[in-house]
This record gives sequence, C-alpha cells and structure tokens, in this order.
Amino acid sequence: MITAEQKPIEEIRAMMAPYKRVLALGCASCVAECAAGGEKETAMLASVLRMADKMNGEERMIKEMTLERQCVNEFVLQLDRVIEEYDAILSLACGAGVQAVAEMYDDMPVIPALNTEFIGETKERGLWVENCLGCGDCMLFDFGGICPLARCSKHLLNGPCGGSVDGKCEVNPDIPCAWQLIIDRLAKFDALERLEKIYPPKDWSKKQGGGPRKIVREDQQK
Amino acid sequence: MNNTGMLKRVLEKGAFAVTAECGPPKGSDPGVVLKKADMLRGSIDAVNVTDNQTAIVRMSSLAACVLLKEAGLDPVLQMVMRDRNRIALQSDVLGASALGINNILCLSGDHQSFGNQGQALGVFDIDSTQFIQVIRDMRDKGVILGGESLSEPVKAFIGAAANPFADPPEFRIVRLAKKIAAGADFIQTQCIYNLERFERWFEMAKDRGLTEKVAILGGVTPLKSAGMARYMKNRVAGMDIPDKIIRRMDGVPKDRQKEEGLKICVETIERLKELEGVRGVHIMAIEWEDIVGQIVERAGLLPRPACGKD
Repeated sequence: MITAEQKPIEEIRAMMAPYKRVLALGCASCVAECAAGGEKETAMLASVLRMADKMNGEERMIKEMTLERQCVNEFVLQLDRVIEEYDAILSLACGAGVQAVAEMYDDMPVIPALNTEFIGETKERGLWVENCLGCGDCMLFDFGGICPLARCSKHLLNGPCGGSVDGKCEVNPDIPCAWQLIIDRLAKFDALERLEKIYPPKDWSKKQGGGPRKIVREDQQK
Repeated sequence: MNNTGMLKRVLEKGAFAVTAECGPPKGSDPGVVLKKADMLRGSIDAVNVTDNQTAIVRMSSLAACVLLKEAGLDPVLQMVMRDRNRIALQSDVLGASALGINNILCLSGDHQSFGNQGQALGVFDIDSTQFIQVIRDMRDKGVILGGESLSEPVKAFIGAAANPFADPPEFRIVRLAKKIAAGADFIQTQCIYNLERFERWFEMAKDRGLTEKVAILGGVTPLKSAGMARYMKNRVAGMDIPDKIIRRMDGVPKDRQKEEGLKICVETIERLKELEGVRGVHIMAIEWEDIVGQIVERAGLLPRPACGKD
C-alpha cells in the first residue's frame, strides 16, 4: 500500500486560509489502511479544522466526503454533483489522488492534507514499514524476498557494508540490517550461493530514467 | 596494468607497505594539505585522501590529491558512492587519471545522516563492488559502463575496504572475495584493535586463497585517550575495541594516555608485520597526521624502500 501521514494542522490551515467553502475529501483505500486519510480520519480532521476556525473567529464552511479511491477517475467523477458548492478541496489522499482530483477539476484549488511516504507494509497496529521502491525490475527472488534497495540504507546490491553490527544498520539501531536478513533467510533454504555472484549496477532507467513512468495495456483498453 | 605509483611499486617489490590517511580541510586553504604533506613525506609510501568522510563537507578528495601529488607524495583517491552517480564517478576516474593520480580506493561511504548535510539525497547509484569493476574495465578494457570505448584507458591501482569486525563474520569473506573478483588490487582494513579477531578473519581469507590474489594492508588508528577509545567503541559502527584495550588506556594517567595509545598502535603494527601474508599497514591518525612519522619509526619501518620517484 501507499502510506501517508497527516500534515501539521497549522500547515493545512495556512494553505486553506484564502478559501471559505472547503470539501475535506477522504480516500477509503491505502490511506485508510494506514489511518491517515480514510473516512474516520477525514471526519476527525474536518472537526479539528472547524474548531480551529471557531477559536480564531474565522468564517468557513467545511464539509466531508470520502471516495472509494481518489486515484481512479471513475470514482473521482462522483464529485461532479457536489463540486459547485466549494471553492477548494482539501484532499486526504496520497499524491496520486490529489493530482487525479486536480486534473479532473482544473479550475479548483486542491490542498494536500497528507505527506505521502512510501510503499510499505502494515507490520503491526500503528507500525508501517517501507519495503518497496517501485524500481520497475523486481529482484526479490535473488534476495530471498527481502529488497536490499528499499531496505538497505545504502541500496547495496553487493552488501552488507562494514557498518552492519549485530544485525543492525549503522544508520540507526532501530533499523534491521537488510543484508543480515537476506543472508539469514537464504541460509534457511540453502540458497546462499546466490550471493556469491556480483550483481551488476541497477538499471535505474526502469524507475526514473525515462521521466514519469506509465503502463499501457492495450488488452485492458478494448 | 600501466600504473606507476609508489604504492604499487613497493608492493610489487614485496616490501611491507605503509600508507597513511590525510583528511582534507573544512576550507579552501591548500596550505593545510601541504602542511600534512610535510608531516608525512618520507615516512609513508602513499597517502589516502578521504572523500567527505562522515558525510561532512570538506575540500574535494581529488583536489587534495593533486596538491599532495605536487608535493611529492603518491595519493590514494578515496571515492564514496554516496555523493555521485555513475556518470560523475566515471568522469572523476578519467579526471584523476589525467591528473596523474595512481590509486583509487572504492568505498560505500558513511551515510549522509551522520554528517552536517542531513537533508542531502544519498545517491548510492552503484555500490563499491560494482565501482571496482567499472574502474577495472576502464583500465583493462578501456571501456566505460555499457561498453563504449574510451579514447585512452585509465591508469589505476584499485583499492577496496574490508571490515573484519562487522557482521555477519563468515559473510565478510564472501564480500571480500567479491571485491577481489571485481578487480581490487589492494585492501585496506578497518582499524584493528582486536588482533585475535583480525587473525581469524585473515586465516579465513587465506584459506580461500584471497591473500594471494590481493595485497591486504591492516588498518590502525592510534588512540589519543581512553575517552576516544570508549567513543569509538560505542559510537562508530563496525568498530571492535576490546575491553582490555580500554582498561589499558584507563590504567595510565590522562597525560600519558597518548603515549599508551601510540604503544598499542606500534605493538599492533609489529604483530601485523609478523603475520604471514599481511602486506602492509594503513595508519589512520585522525587529525593527528604529525604522529605518523613517529609511529612508522618506532615500528621499525624506516627508511621506506627506495622504489624510484613518481
């Protein structure tokens, strides 16, 4: 999933300042799973903002609505019937959702309420961890299902570096050394020989070399 | 290989090599570098120039290397993977070769979060093992990454780092083997305080036939105080300082701790000299370059072998 965290209230309020009729727009997908922009969080943020307006003596209408997915046009279109009421949308989606809404309603200011973080996993309640860079050329087989690009602080394909101690990363003892995890895991199914070869430089063109990426599937377009 | 640097010549002659580390200044004054050159001249075969070590902005390693070269030393250009992508790295290898820099040490680099530019983007486009291979191909095949030819190949004696004290221990040898297979000509290790552990690592390297393929120089850093020893033990990742070393430093009064640190350093070098297969020592006297001459002398490594002039 795409993870995100809410921006500080003051930052959101500063961006909202010029607008008097604001729609707080949640997204029920990834950002709901990471408790940043789902229906519940949208209601909470809207009420905090209304309260702040009241305390500061500001006149502003803030209503709420949550779409199933803000990053998919057919859901965004549901705004057609309500958009007239507002002079700005406060989007609690990831960056993709914010931009999908902005593109659909090109004269409508869209304010991002979240900071989009990473592709990650819900590790436990209240803990999300980054484990995929979206590099466009998955190497998880080689490394036993643990990505050294996303999880080694130095993106080493031929690790571990000399800072790996007691299974921890030199950057922060809270970070497990991805290479220790890879070695431990490959050892469990006797595949350590995969690490004897020198992995060549990563082809980053599959991630960002050609500018913004897109996927075209003609079979899906019919 | 058409490199003619002093380090390579000393190693080829079979002599026990001595290299030292020189940290460039946090400023643009060439005088600081030249002063360090004066401190080191005559005591060492080559001088490593750190590349924005601990991710703190300093004079560029390449510029300081040129200053040291002009001052008559054989510099080892340290290059980290943190700050430059493959385009910039290869370009700097060409530039270094054009400027007569004979040796390059390839390193991952300390993570950017440690230094004074915590908001920097860490590049890590390629890793140090891959970079070794890139330089080797620029030298031996005259091609850059991707196979395009150079109008003139580079000259380079290629170095790599090894940390015998990091984890997981068995895998350190695999990584060393990979760096050698990639093309490393010499290895400089992390500072050695735990000689027993170093010897175990060295034996493993020997068993795998690695010490025959590459010249391993053991790293040492003289301790200035018990406080420094504790700091390094607790705060520097991958540093193994046994308690007996700390007790030894603690056991002498503060004003004699520097001398004790030097003694430990000299004893370590003497042990390395006796270890069959160790090809030299790399002295990293951090902001204490003026002590290197004394260490080398006390370790019985003077005069340095006459191997011609650069």
